[in-house]
Amino acid sequence: MAIAASKNIIEIRNLHKYFGDVQALRGVNLTVERGKVVVIVGPSGSGKSTLLRCINHLEVETEGEVWVDGKRLSEKNKDINSIRAEIGMVFQLFNLFPHLSVLDNIVLAQRVVRGRKKDEAVQIAHEQLKRVGISEKADNFPGQLSGGQQQRVAIARALAMNPKIMLFDEPTSALDPEMIKEVLDVMLALAKDGMTMVCVTHEMGFARAAADEVIFMDHGLIVEKGSPDAVFNHPQEERTKLFLSQILSH
Amino acid sequence: MTHSTGIDPNLPQVQASAKPRPKTLQERIDEFPWWVGGIFVIAIGAFYLVTTQTSFGEALNFIRIGIGITITTTLYAYSIALVIGLVAGLGRISRNVVVRNLSTLYVELVRGIPILVLIFYIALVAVPDSLGVFKTLGAWLTSNGLGFIGQPLAAINNDSISLNVRAIIALSVTYGAFLAEIFRAGIQSIGKGQMEAARSLGMSYGQAMRYVILPQAIRNVLPALGNDFVAMVKDSSLVSVLAVRDITQVARLYAGRTFRFREAYTILAILYLGMTLILSLVVRVLERRLHGNSRK
Ligand SMILES: Nc1ncnc2c1ncn2[C@@H]1O[C@H](COP(=O)(O)OP(=O)(O)OP(=O)(O)O)[C@@H](O)[C@H]1O
Ligand SMILES: [Mg+2]
Repeated sequence: MAIAASKNIIEIRNLHKYFGDVQALRGVNLTVERGKVVVIVGPSGSGKSTLLRCINHLEVETEGEVWVDGKRLSEKNKDINSIRAEIGMVFQLFNLFPHLSVLDNIVLAQRVVRGRKKDEAVQIAHEQLKRVGISEKADNFPGQLSGGQQQRVAIARALAMNPKIMLFDEPTSALDPEMIKEVLDVMLALAKDGMTMVCVTHEMGFARAAADEVIFMDHGLIVEKGSPDAVFNHPQEERTKLFLSQILSH
Repeated sequence: MTHSTGIDPNLPQVQASAKPRPKTLQERIDEFPWWVGGIFVIAIGAFYLVTTQTSFGEALNFIRIGIGITITTTLYAYSIALVIGLVAGLGRISRNVVVRNLSTLYVELVRGIPILVLIFYIALVAVPDSLGVFKTLGAWLTSNGLGFIGQPLAAINNDSISLNVRAIIALSVTYGAFLAEIFRAGIQSIGKGQMEAARSLGMSYGQAMRYVILPQAIRNVLPALGNDFVAMVKDSSLVSVLAVRDITQVARLYAGRTFRFREAYTILAILYLGMTLILSLVVRVLERRLHGNSRK
């Protein structure tokens, strides 16, 4: 356990992941320091989601090690639920619980996982709703909200658990263009507050404004990484250049 | 999950505002629920028969006695079947190999055997055999100084479990398998993202099932559960083969004694029809209310 637990909150070593014959990850190494924002970009199928999902063990690695906050994730790890409680995740399709009101969406896990009292959980839920700017929707159901509002509720739901890390998997790619900004603004504010974030997103503006490090993935490997300026403006690898020219030409 | 695409409520809704073209006479004739009229005629006919023909009135008076047994048998058996079905349905999708295969075996066995045969088998073979096991266990416990559990266990004999109870056990076990498939399908109809979202918040599998998946799954399968309840009311007539005095058995007794087959079986059919129609109506109303409440 010679991990510098104080500095690196995520350590991934030689991570391989197979889905049957498909090799989604082919030896990924990655460290994320506390309070840093990492943005992952790369073509479809390059393994971005798989990498993200290995960090909270929604996918179990085939080979290699994932360490979060000084703890090794493994299939036998009985603590996986308590580790996950420290890692918020925001999905492309929001995945709010449609049978629960916005407030109850945010209260549920606080109560059953964190064991908070009802009053406390409700109060925290209201605080987080305020933080993402939709206090007035507390009593609505997810289906009554716009996509952008739903995604902000999903972020509030994750934040209410007081996570140490937030993972975002293409949080704006299912949104209509006019709603993307409201979600990115919340994410930017979060980054400014010092949250450790790993975001899969192709929003270059967000990456430039918030990212400490940009990672370019292709075919299950990290091909290039560096500051947003280095990766976006002075890419070294041909594959990075090709990819950037494709997404910029859109 | 259906995610909203953020439809602007102020936009004119094309489908909603488009005025439906008035229906032609032919369409009205085609779409009118004539069958309801048929049911109505049957109801009036039945009422006429029992009020004007004393033989039908007598038959009804006699057979009526079985309604209580039919209803209680169905209610008990259905409640137990709900529990068995939920457990076996969860078992069917369990990641535990043993649990999953045992549940599948149970469902497949039941589905491969006619209900009538299952009722005979469970009531007259499986129950007595498991009583034998209890007896042995009770004797063993007693001989090992645990008489306070052993003696009552050993005292259970064939007579202490009535045929009514066996009929309920048989129906529960049979319908448990049907309901298991309904629950399984309901759970599997919930998008994978729901389980992932719940787990990513730190919930255990069980918590995610209980608070996130099952509430949605059960709401989705309520109509199917209602249908099976109605089906069970009808299948409960099979327990008459165990001499349980449900309406079918009572009607058979009446017909055998009086040779008034027409009266006995007409009344019997109408009683079932009445019960199932009323129940279907209740199920439909509940369903509609549920849809009215569900905020999408
Ligand atoms: N559950 C799964 N079963 C089988 N194959 C999978 C599964 N999940 C991912 N894969 C495969 O693994 C590879 C990497 O997928 P992944 O979803 O991580 O890519 P991605 O970079 O997130 O792509 P996208 O930009 O389209 O979301 C792909 O070839 C994909 O088909
Ligand atoms: Mg992806």
